Amino acid sequence: MISVKQISKSFGSTFAVNQVSFEVLEGESLILLGTSGCGKTTTLKMINRLIVPDSGEITIHGKKIYEEKPEILRRNIGYVLQNNGLFPHYTVAENIAIVPKLLNWDNKKITSRINEIIEKLHLPESYLAMFPSELSGGQQQRVGLARALVTDPSILLMDEPFGALDNVTRSSIRKEFKALEELKRKTMVMVTHDIHEAFELADRICLMDKGEIIQIGTPKELLYQPVNKFSEDFLASEKLSLAFKVASLNDIWDFLPASDHETPNIISSTENVWDAMEKLQTQSRLGIKNESGDQKNIDFDQLTAAFSQYQKNPVS
Amino acid sequence: MSENQQSLWQFMIEQSDKLLNQTLQHLGLTFISLFFAVLIGLPLGILIARKQKLSGSVLAFAGILQTIPSIALLGFMIPLLGIGAKPAIVALLIYALLPIIRNTYTGIVGVDPSVREAAKAMGMSAKQILFKVELPLAMPVILAGIRTATVINVGVATLASYIAAGGLGEFIFGGISLNNTNMILAGAIPAAILAIVLDGLLALIQNLNFKKLRKILIVVPVAILILSGLYLLPKAYGNSLTAGFTPEFMGRQDGDLGLKSVYGLKINTIVISDAVMYKAAFEKELDVISGYSTDGRLKAFDLTILKDDKLIFPPYYAAPIVRESSLKKFPELESVLNLLAGKITDAVMTDLNYKTDQLHQSPEKVAKDFLVSQNLFKVSKNSKGGIVRIGSKIFGEQYILAEMYKMLIQGNTNYQVATKTGLGGTKICFDALVNDQIDFYPEYTGTGLLVLLQPNAEFAKKIAHDKNQTYQYVKDEFKKKYQIKWLTPIGFNNSYALMMRRKQSKDLGVYTITDLKQYLDNNK
Ligand SMILES: Nc1ncnc2c1ncn2[C@@H]1O[C@H](COP(=O)(O)OP(=O)(O)O)[C@@H](O)[C@H]1O
Ligand SMILES: [Mg+2]
Repeated sequence: MISVKQISKSFGSTFAVNQVSFEVLEGESLILLGTSGCGKTTTLKMINRLIVPDSGEITIHGKKIYEEKPEILRRNIGYVLQNNGLFPHYTVAENIAIVPKLLNWDNKKITSRINEIIEKLHLPESYLAMFPSELSGGQQQRVGLARALVTDPSILLMDEPFGALDNVTRSSIRKEFKALEELKRKTMVMVTHDIHEAFELADRICLMDKGEIIQIGTPKELLYQPVNKFSEDFLASEKLSLAFKVASLNDIWDFLPASDHETPNIISSTENVWDAMEKLQTQSRLGIKNESGDQKNIDFDQLTAAFSQYQKNPVS
Repeated sequence: MSENQQSLWQFMIEQSDKLLNQTLQHLGLTFISLFFAVLIGLPLGILIARKQKLSGSVLAFAGILQTIPSIALLGFMIPLLGIGAKPAIVALLIYALLPIIRNTYTGIVGVDPSVREAAKAMGMSAKQILFKVELPLAMPVILAGIRTATVINVGVATLASYIAAGGLGEFIFGGISLNNTNMILAGAIPAAILAIVLDGLLALIQNLNFKKLRKILIVVPVAILILSGLYLLPKAYGNSLTAGFTPEFMGRQDGDLGLKSVYGLKINTIVISDAVMYKAAFEKELDVISGYSTDGRLKAFDLTILKDDKLIFPPYYAAPIVRESSLKKFPELESVLNLLAGKITDAVMTDLNYKTDQLHQSPEKVAKDFLVSQNLFKVSKNSKGGIVRIGSKIFGEQYILAEMYKMLIQGNTNYQVATKTGLGGTKICFDALVNDQIDFYPEYTGTGLLVLLQPNAEFAKKIAHDKNQTYQYVKDEFKKKYQIKWLTPIGFNNSYALMMRRKQSKDLGVYTITDLKQYLDNNK
């Protein structure tokens, strides 16, 4: 668990971060969202002491981060950068092995763990002997992720991890990312300026502006209970597509018609409406199963109709 | 041309022992100094990359060091470090420093900040970041600096022979003094090849990818160390006294060769420039040197001349030598130059030299004082006539003579004067005269005979000891061959002479060259 209390940081006369406080629960993913220059990166870097705050206090698992050596702290926190920061003079395998080596793992353990992690991240073994410059941007980003995850740290910090990728690669890698078993248990703080990315990946979003927190809450809270005009305006242009993303099939369950046309394509009712709509682009019907084992089989029109019903009075 | 090439080849074969020695010394000098330059430059480069406030002043300082003329730098080294390897290595190291510091700094500062940040974020310590990230990534740039430094060092190391540190400069400068093209080329060509080959090798290494670079990087320091060791190989010191001879003296029949063949003198010899030789003798770095009999430093450093009892040093009477075309162009020139004829004896010249070299009076003042004392001085007419171009070699006596001639011409004629003093050795000066770059310069009969005309050895030997025969011969031959006229000699005889510290000469009872040989034979 990460607890950030009243931290501030200024560079010269600009307040990069001003009196910021938040908590990230065990296994939760918090996303710092905001326009460029609002202080997200600065906030993130204070958590692993790449930047020293002017005031305030940060604790991890109840322990003040300034009580141990920064190297020790950082070796136990995964960190992913926008420009991946891979060592150009190290092979992929050596890049991934950096932190394990710093932690003095033996070679056998390192090798087996590297093989495990690259398989999970869909990186072929043939990449291991290559240098980063021989890989595409998306592949490099995966290696960067593998490097951060190889020691299975309980905390992961990510600064615009998909920022340098083109849109197509970006959304596909994001999907994979979301599905990664390896990440489900992690306490994560991630920085992005991409609203959709935030809504797809966050348990909670921390909306920032000019170094201050505007609102912290779940995606639904941000969408349906904006605390002020800034919050509302920030999401206004994307409001409809975000609504599809924050509504789960459970939310609209009651509005879906019961039907007996069985279909082999079944998804869980915890999925969101957006994903279900995407699936119905390529197939005519979709089966939805909820936790108690009930199943409803629907087509695209039935789905959108149910969603409109729900939108009249969304619960958050 | 083909004849010339062949004889160069023959020369190199003939001198292959010396050539190999010099090449090894040259490589050794280059790499010892490079080794120390890396040892100092690399940490300094790292330091200023860390504390960038220092970078401006450190780079500027290293830059200034590099602009000191090499000869001057070598000169500064003598009082501090004496002669030989030490000062040469330090001087070379100073030249190599700038490219190494600068490239280390640039290389480290140029490391992608996101890579450095990633290293830090993963928990690397400052030391680990330096050795595992910054230095390896900066390595191609650092190697480029080492490459530049190596090429500079191969070049500057040719000057090491000035202070008795050996290297290919022995041939190059010996050849220039002796007007021996083969000798110059035998030094210059290997030096050029060394520079090209080392540059090429380092370029190869520099352009390797990271994978190969990593392996090579272990080899490079080892190679530098081994090559440094080469310098130590050729040293084999023999007997008790050490002689320091100029490169010119080394190659001459009336120099070292004559000492060996006529006297049978075997002395441990190092090659050194005239500029530092006397001082080195005074400071007991050397015991016997090959000086000039009118040199002011003889007086200053209390040296004494060993009598040439077998007469191997031919007379070197000084006289202005003038282009005949210039004498036509400037009809009054000859009579004005002859105003000095017979006016300066050996003792007078030694004294004049002493005043410039040791009392640090300007050649101008010394020249004027002398002319005034001889009632020859006239105030310059400041005329606007044709320009007479006076040349001189690069040592004090010639400067004084050039000044005297300048004053005489300006005071007695309507010509203007341009002086081109400091034209290096005999060859450079003489070429300038032949090619109409200057109108005249003071030359010595012995030099004219043995260096410029080079008649067959038999004949040279016959006439070399008679001052009149020599003068007549060079006068006739220069007129025939070059249309250059020898005017009347000035009076003094600035011949070669072997010298020792006066006290040592007395202590050892060595007053003649034959005494010296006997002393050496008895004290092996
Ligand atoms: N090292 C620095 N020196 C000076 N100003 C900085 C530095 N880092 C960030 N800033 C300033 O602090 C503010 C916040 O920066 P940052 O945290 O990087 O924003 P974000 O990540 O949200 O784009 C910006 O105005 C930026 O210009
Ligand atoms: Mg940022």
